[in-house]
Amino acid sequence: MEKRKELIVSALKNGTVIDHIPADKVFQVIKILDVENSKNQIYFGINLESKKYGSKGIVKISDKFFEDEEINKIALVAPTATLIEIEDFEVINKTNVKTPKSVEKIVKCFNPNCVTNKEEVPTRFKVLKEDDGSIKLACRYCEKNTSQDNMIFF
Amino acid sequence: MKNKSLVSINDFSRDEMIQILDIAEDFERQPHQNLLQGRVIASLFFEPSTRTRLSFESAIHQLGGTVIGFSSTAGTSVQKGESLKDTITMVASYSDLIVMRNPIDGSARYASEVSKVPIINAGDGANQHPTQCMLDLYSIRKTQGTLENLEVTFVGDLKYGRTVHSLVTALSKFNTKFNLVSPVELKLPSAYKRYIKEAKLEYNQYTELNEVIPQSDIIYMTRVQRERFPDPIEYEKVKNSYLLKNSMLEKAKQNCRILHPLPRVNEISTDVDDNPMAYYFQQAQNGVYVRQALIAAILGLK
Repeated sequence: MEKRKELIVSALKNGTVIDHIPADKVFQVIKILDVENSKNQIYFGINLESKKYGSKGIVKISDKFFEDEEINKIALVAPTATLIEIEDFEVINKTNVKTPKSVEKIVKCFNPNCVTNKEEVPTRFKVLKEDDGSIKLACRYCEKNTSQDNMIFF
Repeated sequence: MKNKSLVSINDFSRDEMIQILDIAEDFERQPHQNLLQGRVIASLFFEPSTRTRLSFESAIHQLGGTVIGFSSTAGTSVQKGESLKDTITMVASYSDLIVMRNPIDGSARYASEVSKVPIINAGDGANQHPTQCMLDLYSIRKTQGTLENLEVTFVGDLKYGRTVHSLVTALSKFNTKFNLVSPVELKLPSAYKRYIKEAKLEYNQYTELNEVIPQSDIIYMTRVQRERFPDPIEYEKVKNSYLLKNSMLEKAKQNCRILHPLPRVNEISTDVDDNPMAYYFQQAQNGVYVRQALIAAILGLK
């Protein structure tokens, strides 16, 4: 079963696989990683079967490896994601995504009167973890918090 | 503190706050000190504010400095659509320090990032007004002799009042006990209660003012504005519960003082004005000394 799924989205020789993405967040993950306009080959699958989550999405980017800070940004939309690094068809590293300490540029501040929504200012947030595990983004500028439900991605 | 912008009260450590209050005390004893001779301070008020602007300008003049700037955007390049970045970059090249009031939240932090001279935030929208907070702290210390271990009662609009938010945050560093008196619609937001909890301090919420008066060292009054209530009937119901009258102060402690960021509308009856506990006008006057202290410290003159 696992083997066949791998074949649905073809295998990578070298690069990064992001597995266990919530099925409806695949495009956001691609956007957050800013690989839309890259020259790398990108494969993705949506609504694939998952034993753990029912359905899932997957993204494979060939010849691309990410810095932790860069890839951890996807935790905002895909906290369950698994990161797999492949070299010569072999898995060399497998980790879970971790919540980043800060995020820049990818999320809008929810406060309509924030300077980032009024002038050409890139957004910058500190990531706060609530007791219930949810994430809030504290704006560096207006100091207001944007909760997970209110996150709008650029 | 030298060359550091003052954007948010959260940028201050406890020791830095005390340091500024000590310098302000020095200015209260000796307000005319010719420290700013030859210096140009820009005062950019993107929205009108009488008290804050005049007290800054008075502070600068008493230090022998020169003020340039505007008190509203009418007739400036801002009205032609100039970006904040461009305005600040330009003014920074004409001045040693910029004092800015702006209706946009976060504009002060952004200005501090693009400016080559320090910024003092004189209010950025609903966000921060740190010099007001410093003068509130100054007034509390001056009337109580200390900032430590006081019982402070906040009254009125605790949800939208930015002076309340900043002062709660600052006092959380001084082992304060908080009494929060407000209509249920205008309770202190959880983001600020978080500061109190993180400091492991006690707070209690009330809807009636009377019961907490006898135990308060400071009563910090704020305006309850009609427009904060979606239903005007709700406003009519609560508006008089947060009105402080002189008769209510009979049970107050001797050292109790009444503060208000002003302007007052109807939340403190005028019969309180002659009570020695009324401190709101001196509080406004203290704003000049605190602003002198901040300017002098940031320019490295004190």
